[in-house]
Amino acid sequence: MHLAYPAVLAALLFSIGLYGVLARRNAILMLMSVELMLNAVNLNLVAFDVWLREELHTGQALALFTIAIAAAEIGIGLAIVLLVYRNRGSSDIDRLRDLRERSAAEADEASDDGTGDTASVKATNDSGRQTS
Amino acid sequence: MSTTTLAALVPLLPFLGAVAGLLTGRRAPGYAQPLAVLPTLLSTVLAVMVAVRQGGGEPLKAATELAPTGDASLPVELALHLDGFAVLVAVLVGVVASCVQLYSTGYLRDDPRYASYAAFVSLFTAAMLLVVYADDLIVLLVGWEIMGICSYFLVGHYWETQAARAASLKAFLVTKLGDVPFLIGILVLASEAGTFRISGITSKLTSQLAEFELAHPTVIALLLLAGVAGKSAQFPLHTWLPDAMAGPTPVSALIHAATMVAAGVYFIARLLPVFAASAVALVVLALMAAVTIVGSALSALAQDDIKRVLAYSTIGQLAYMAGALAVSDRGAAVFHLLVHGAFKALLFLAAGVLIHAAGTNSLAAMARMGGLTKIAPDAYWTMTIGLIALAALPPFSGFFSKEAVLAAAEHVAFGDAHGAGVTPAAGWIVLVAGMLGALLTAAYAARLWLLAFRGKGPQVSAEEHAREPAVMNVVLWVLAIPSLGLGLAYGVLPGWFDSGSLGPSLATSVLATGIALVGVLMTYGAWRHTTSLAASRSPMGAVAAHPQGDPALSEAEAIATHEPAYGDIAAAPDPADPGRLLLGPLHGAAAHGFRLDAAYTALFVRPTQAAARLARFVDREVVDSYVRGAGLGPRLLGTLVRRTQTGNTQTYLSALVVGSLVLAVAVVLVAAGTSGA
Repeated sequence: MHLAYPAVLAALLFSIGLYGVLARRNAILMLMSVELMLNAVNLNLVAFDVWLREELHTGQALALFTIAIAAAEIGIGLAIVLLVYRNRGSSDIDRLRDLRERSAAEADEASDDGTGDTASVKATNDSGRQTS
Repeated sequence: MSTTTLAALVPLLPFLGAVAGLLTGRRAPGYAQPLAVLPTLLSTVLAVMVAVRQGGGEPLKAATELAPTGDASLPVELALHLDGFAVLVAVLVGVVASCVQLYSTGYLRDDPRYASYAAFVSLFTAAMLLVVYADDLIVLLVGWEIMGICSYFLVGHYWETQAARAASLKAFLVTKLGDVPFLIGILVLASEAGTFRISGITSKLTSQLAEFELAHPTVIALLLLAGVAGKSAQFPLHTWLPDAMAGPTPVSALIHAATMVAAGVYFIARLLPVFAASAVALVVLALMAAVTIVGSALSALAQDDIKRVLAYSTIGQLAYMAGALAVSDRGAAVFHLLVHGAFKALLFLAAGVLIHAAGTNSLAAMARMGGLTKIAPDAYWTMTIGLIALAALPPFSGFFSKEAVLAAAEHVAFGDAHGAGVTPAAGWIVLVAGMLGALLTAAYAARLWLLAFRGKGPQVSAEEHAREPAVMNVVLWVLAIPSLGLGLAYGVLPGWFDSGSLGPSLATSVLATGIALVGVLMTYGAWRHTTSLAASRSPMGAVAAHPQGDPALSEAEAIATHEPAYGDIAAAPDPADPGRLLLGPLHGAAAHGFRLDAAYTALFVRPTQAAARLARFVDREVVDSYVRGAGLGPRLLGTLVRRTQTGNTQTYLSALVVGSLVLAVAVVLVAAGTSGA
């Protein structure tokens, strides 16, 4: 079999995966697209391994590694997505923007909330100490 | 115990008392009074014992090395030198300090800061005794500087009032201004003489065999003179002393009358051979003393605050001592120091009683009160004694000591004196200024007495004022004894001092007494004239204070209200004041110390403040603008970069992909370029 077929297939898979990662909004679909990209790489590894007739089959061995790592990665990724969904009721990647740089007005609000929270925590501690 | 051990204990006891008082004052205020009074009393007893044992004989010396200085032949030694001057001045310091400590227990009885106050007084006493006994210039300097800082704390005792804060800072800074040249002078003197020991320096200079001469006697003497002028409040560094009256009255009695200011005079007396080595220095000293005698006496005539009158008179009497030293007679100087210490402490302490009794420190207000003599009879009688001693009328003590000074000046002026480096010019300067001073001193003493005790007006009711504690009045009578009788010691003292006769000479004593009587009569005449003139006018409002409070409270209130009531801290617009008539157009200038403070403000304070403003401008506007500019660029860049942090993961990934693509293309292009070439 000519090398062009698996190479073209891998390129197509990788492009689809890349598009999915950059464009899909659902976090689970993003993870699936990452899997597509990884598998495109695996396909390339195996194909070139066969084409080069390598003695030690390093390509195939590396593919096995990639599969294992991909399994671990998807496990952790899905766990994170599940927890985010439980907390937020959504896994929409566009709404998970807590780590953005805030404008000055937003930052003030946030810090006010923060001190308010600590103050209330302190108050409860004090009252707790008094009751005990 | 040996005499030197006793002498070592004399400064040590008040020091330990001060340390204990400072440590326990907050926790156990009940111990503050015994801790303040007992060590001082005990050290006075020891000082008397030392004086009796020493007895004016050969100086006792003891020394132990304290610290090496890097020059093996020039160590700092903890050395004592007990001669007639030292033991007698130590007795004076001890007696006055004991009186002041006893008096303070009554005067500051309700003061919350009494413990720290008493501890500082003890520390101050210890420092003065150290100066008196020390034979090593560096050890002497230590005591000298401790006195400076204690003076700062004690003058600022009423730190709630602006006047006291300003006065304490002024006292500290002005005396330090003199202390810097003083320190340099000490170091130059020690390096030229090859020793820090005072006795070593003086014996080298006076010995006929050694043929030792200082290389720069005038420079050294003038440098030391600057420190002495600061400490002893001589022109032109005297301006701190009148303002230092913002402190409590016992502090004025101890520090600014009897001991600290005497330290400068005492220092010259100890090192007189150094000053005598330079005729220029002695003439400068004589001029300084003359200007101070006349100027301070004129100022004293114009003051309204009773304590400021006494402060200016202190400056004048110290100038008499400086004058005696300028004619190279340290016996007369120390004699006057002893007598003046006694009667000036008495005058200040009596003034404290009077201020409490009258509820004001203003002479103008006292002149409008009747019956002050009835509610403060002890203060009245003792103050009368003190004022006659100050005016130097026979047979009170001040007469004999002042005549000793004038007789010494007369001897030098007419050329029958034998000191080294003494010129008749210095003698004439001191003699003329001393005669003029005698007139003015008698005048302001009489004015003070007439205004304070011969006032006419509503009677001060005795019930309204809390009676003074007995201890305060007892102390006054204790001090009245030397003010009355110490002058008769002129026959004994030459045995203690290494000087000639201290007896009054006929010509000067008749002249000076006559002049003093003229001064008293002039003031009396002026007073009769002004009071009859002003009787028709409306009386001035007296400065009111809480009459029931303790004396310290009355005084603090009197100081704080003087300026609002009369528009000035020193003078009052009182038409019944004889000083106003006597001084004529000079009055305004004299009341403000001849505007010397204003001159200093224009010469030193304003340029310094302008320089500070310039430095601030350069720092804020020039240096800081570079610093701010350096910070501003990175901040702007940072703001731009922060904009890209949108929180959208996919944007970041897109940027990553684009970046990797650009890099990959670049690498390929570079590889193609190099391989093509």
